[in-house]
Amino acid sequence: MTTRRNNSGPTDGQLLGMYERMLLIRRIEERLRDDSATGKLPGAVHLYIGQEACGVGVCAHLEETDWVTSTHRGHGHFLAKGGEPKAMMAEIWAKRTGVCKGMGGSMHVADLSKGILGANGIVGGGLAIAAGAAFAAKLDGNGRIAVCFFGDGASNQGVFMETMNVATLWRLPLIFMCENNQFSEFTPSKEVTAGEIADRARAFMPATVVDGNDVIAVWRAAADAVDRARSGEGPTFIEAKTYRIRGHIEAEPMMLGGGKYRDDVEIQEWTKKCPIARLRAHLLETRTAPAAALDDIEASIHGIVTDAAAYAEAGEPADPELGFDLMFAGARA
Amino acid sequence: MAKKRYIQAINDALFEEMERDPKVILFGEDVELAIMGDTRGLLAKFGRDRIRNTPICEATLTGMAVGAAAAGYRVILHLMFSNFIYTGFDAIANQMGKLRLMTGGQLKLPITVLCGYGGGRSTAAQHSDTPYPVLMNVGGIHVLTPSNAADAKGLLKQAIRGDNPSFFMEASGRGGEMAEVPDGDHLVPFGSAAILREGKDATVVAIGHMVKFALEAADQLAKQGVAVELVDPRTLVPLDEAAIIRSVQKTGHLVVVDEARDRCSAASQIAAVIADKAFGALKGPIKRVTVPNVAMPYAAIAERRLLPNPTSIAEAVTTALAA
Repeated sequence: MTTRRNNSGPTDGQLLGMYERMLLIRRIEERLRDDSATGKLPGAVHLYIGQEACGVGVCAHLEETDWVTSTHRGHGHFLAKGGEPKAMMAEIWAKRTGVCKGMGGSMHVADLSKGILGANGIVGGGLAIAAGAAFAAKLDGNGRIAVCFFGDGASNQGVFMETMNVATLWRLPLIFMCENNQFSEFTPSKEVTAGEIADRARAFMPATVVDGNDVIAVWRAAADAVDRARSGEGPTFIEAKTYRIRGHIEAEPMMLGGGKYRDDVEIQEWTKKCPIARLRAHLLETRTAPAAALDDIEASIHGIVTDAAAYAEAGEPADPELGFDLMFAGARA
Repeated sequence: MAKKRYIQAINDALFEEMERDPKVILFGEDVELAIMGDTRGLLAKFGRDRIRNTPICEATLTGMAVGAAAAGYRVILHLMFSNFIYTGFDAIANQMGKLRLMTGGQLKLPITVLCGYGGGRSTAAQHSDTPYPVLMNVGGIHVLTPSNAADAKGLLKQAIRGDNPSFFMEASGRGGEMAEVPDGDHLVPFGSAAILREGKDATVVAIGHMVKFALEAADQLAKQGVAVELVDPRTLVPLDEAAIIRSVQKTGHLVVVDEARDRCSAASQIAAVIADKAFGALKGPIKRVTVPNVAMPYAAIAERRLLPNPTSIAEAVTTALAA
């Protein structure tokens, strides 16, 4: 893909903003990890730890009115797109104060007012929804775009090819953001994926492969893609190579029953490539910010996370009658 | 009132609603040339932004309908044959029917899906199913089964204006049938059954396609002195349970005629509702006239072996009354 205009890299302010957002996602998820381990959360959580640069590097370019669809590993996209930590935390705690009133949970966090069409429990389920939203945006002609976050696992679903075909034919303002975290649930993706995922996309549209643990690289690739989408040139595919540090699901050790699908050494190696530590080192090396400023960010995030967890815990349980009113608009099920 | 063909009534409804609201868009396979007949003339009138051909990719089309509706459009998706519901089923069952609940009611999904259903034309097993029972079980989607031109127009207009996903099941092969259609802005509310014929001896509930056969059966039975009350539910979700219960309370007998396969059919559901809520009114067993649990064969003679017909309906009524 050719380098495009106005892509000289993020400003210092943008870098700090992305650092803050990545750290927020990490700390929120660490809290979810701990609360899951102690049995405080009623349902499954799929954590995004290690992949924060992907969501944040893309969403840094988006307006509130732009659309995103996400995956079962969707907390990071929700927060990167501007979703409220408190409302998300309360949702995962199944409280009526949650962003979906406790009806969706971790796998379905959504905030339509922020353009977040929702995390999705079906692998590849967001692809066509994003294409539909992009089609609506194109018809409206108001410059809105849509981003579909999905993973290497979803790239083996048929809708991946189908939506690339429609999006290209109709020049939809859509970005296919494939976060290749190397695992399709409990199976290494290389065992179930023929060829390179980006090569599949190249049959349809400009496709680029970036280091998904380098937020600046993701930001640059997304800048080009957003530029193409907004200027009516059609869809772009980005594959961000990253790694899922946690298991598919927090209850994984119990589910594996002693079985293994990856080496601990591999996890340790990738843990060292932490995108947040990497950005922190960059900020310090380039004297973009002093350590004290970064520590202040850490402290303020600690407060946000603590408040969000307290808010979630204190919330009233979800209303068991509510579901009857939500199946249809204007009618009770 | 004017006499219109079933397919023309659908076409009129599409024209009127697209004219009424610029947010109504229609897409699907071969809709521009109107291969199914119901979208004829729309392209010339409304242009390709509002009506366009798609690739053959139902799994994506159903999902795109969800995305475009969530983003503010009133989407009409043409799925051609109802068997293609199966290829598009993930986004129907996992997204369309559940997204409103999963988001805590943050969105509305004004989606109307058109598709032809039913056998009897040697279209073989993959183009002749009657899959509304699976749709009824999804939750969160309306299921419409218009049996005549007037209801086709009124239900379709209601669906397009509504804020929920609706499946408009077109009776395949009935497109040419004429019926009176009220003039003006004709709407049919959901969940409102039509009593097509009053009678005191037995209630026959017939769905969609089957209404015509049930009317013929009622004529046959009338000659034998049996007065059938014919109820057309018109919509299966929501179902006008009260109307069926009222009729059974009057007649004491129920026969349900449904082109779906027998197991877990719409007829099964209606029979269960009556057994549950109007058991005391029944003077005999509920009878279901359905398609056996067999895929629709190609040969016309083999199709006829499976499909309900006026004679099999009349026999079922006689059996119900004799029991």
